[in-house]
Amino acid sequence: MKTEPVSLPPSSSKIVVKSRGLWGNAWRRLRRNYASLFSLILLAIIVLLCLLAPYLSSYEFDDVDYDNFSSPPSFENGHYFGTERNGRDLFVRTLYGGRVSLSVGLVATLVSLVIGVLWGAIAGFVGGRLDNLMMRFVDILYAMPFMFFIIMLTVAFGRDILLIYVAIGAITWLDMARIVRGQAISLRRKEFVEAAVAGGVSTFNIIRRHVIPNLLGPVAIYCTLTIPSVILVESFVSFLGLGVQEPNTSWGLLISEGVQTMDSSWWALVFPSLFLMATLFCFNFIGDGLRDALDPKDR
Amino acid sequence: MFYFTLKRLFWAVPTLLLIITIAFFLMRIAPGGPFSKERPVAPEILANINKVYHLDESLPEQYVRYLGNILQGDLGPSYKYKDFTVNELIGLGFPVSAQIGGIAILLALLIGVSLGILAALRQNTPTDYTVMTVAMFGITIPTFVTAPFMTLVFGVLLKWLPIGWDDDNWTSLIMPIIALSLPQIAIIARLMRGSMIEVLRSNYVRTARAKGLSERLAILRHSLKPAMVPVLSYIGPAVAGIITGSIIIEQTFNIPGIGRHFVQGALNRDYPMVMGVTILYGALIVFFNLVVDIIYGFLDPKVRYD
Repeated sequence: MKTEPVSLPPSSSKIVVKSRGLWGNAWRRLRRNYASLFSLILLAIIVLLCLLAPYLSSYEFDDVDYDNFSSPPSFENGHYFGTERNGRDLFVRTLYGGRVSLSVGLVATLVSLVIGVLWGAIAGFVGGRLDNLMMRFVDILYAMPFMFFIIMLTVAFGRDILLIYVAIGAITWLDMARIVRGQAISLRRKEFVEAAVAGGVSTFNIIRRHVIPNLLGPVAIYCTLTIPSVILVESFVSFLGLGVQEPNTSWGLLISEGVQTMDSSWWALVFPSLFLMATLFCFNFIGDGLRDALDPKDR
Repeated sequence: MFYFTLKRLFWAVPTLLLIITIAFFLMRIAPGGPFSKERPVAPEILANINKVYHLDESLPEQYVRYLGNILQGDLGPSYKYKDFTVNELIGLGFPVSAQIGGIAILLALLIGVSLGILAALRQNTPTDYTVMTVAMFGITIPTFVTAPFMTLVFGVLLKWLPIGWDDDNWTSLIMPIIALSLPQIAIIARLMRGSMIEVLRSNYVRTARAKGLSERLAILRHSLKPAMVPVLSYIGPAVAGIITGSIIIEQTFNIPGIGRHFVQGALNRDYPMVMGVTILYGALIVFFNLVVDIIYGFLDPKVRYD
């Protein structure tokens, strides 16, 4: 029995090559999907712009330009997107808002990833009564009016950005848990897992070599689709004036400010909206493309 | 069937209880009482106010009292509008919200299902691609972007429709309803297209065509009902989506519905109001999920109730 694991290293290297093949294939298919590819490039540009925001303009995000209140977009005075009614540069503010919105998307998705994968994997692999109990819990949570609870949270604890991160993450894990559980149950019954169990491979190695690589696809797809929905929730809460607080900003807050002045200065509404919409589009197209690339039998 | 309904009703109880409990304790751990924000009040007066609102009792006592009141359909007094109870405020706002939400959901079903069928019947043609691209827009663009843009274009620039809310003018309903139903139309169209394509490929539809039924009958009599099942099961989430969207819509268009009450309540720390609306919406979502589950069986005999 002990001789088997010793002979594993050479064959395990083969497996690694094969799994790279799967991702290599997926990457090739993704590259052929022009909508996804374009989205990937556009998203990269948006992220870069947001990251480089401090170096792209001579204005700070909370600088007030007393000569230009609500001035239209202009290259001459360096306000590429114009200024809002308090004389702050909209270009820089849009990019700073993007930093907040994007980081909310990432952090909250990470939180939901951790909770969802753990919850779903435990329920799926342990099965039986525990599975029943855990999934019943998810069912009950599904019926919760979460948007309302998030707003209540911000009322109760003040408008703390970190809290919003965690709260949104803590409510978006439900779908992730269901997907991972479904995948775990079907994996548990797969022949190669049974073969590995029969061959005496340790549970840890089964999980590492067989389970995680097979879970990665659906989880990756779902993550790219969670990010835009999280960004949307944050913008929603900020739009209502219950999220990010001045002088900090996010796309939702900028849009809500733009709405208030839209009959006089359209640029305050249009630019943040464009950035938000473009980002949401990109993530959705990348998610769709990933699904097609990783799961070709789905189409 | 009867037992199934009973069982579902039984599960609705812990769900509702959880909603009420979370709402109650979230609002109670909020720092600062509802009356500590304004100018300082003499301690005796504060004690009196607390006594009137039962804030001097221990937390479990307050919780039991609140639960008891809810069982009697009493959501308590509003902290902000001192002359009103939450029930009265909801009574004023709910008909407005329900009217807009109800029309929006019917519109979404009607247009969404039609567009989905159209796209499925013309799969991989320009019609299909157009519908699906528009649907992608509808899903991606949030309500709080579409609503202001519609106001900007149709209200401010073209002046076709009134801006904001007017009780006596039904045209002021048009923009809120369209903005509210757009994302739902998009989602339903996508769902309907997918399931319709699947059904059209199924053996029984092939049989129906093979025995010489007209395409019309094959679609209307054999395909439509099974294809509607995923759409139907989406109605629960759709109601939830419409309700969430209505918060934005009511805020943007200044509509005096309960979504607006909720936001105002949240901004003003009107705890009973916030709790009341949350519980009402939670109950609505639970109720619609229940209804959908039950109707499910009529459309899809494969669903078993055990």
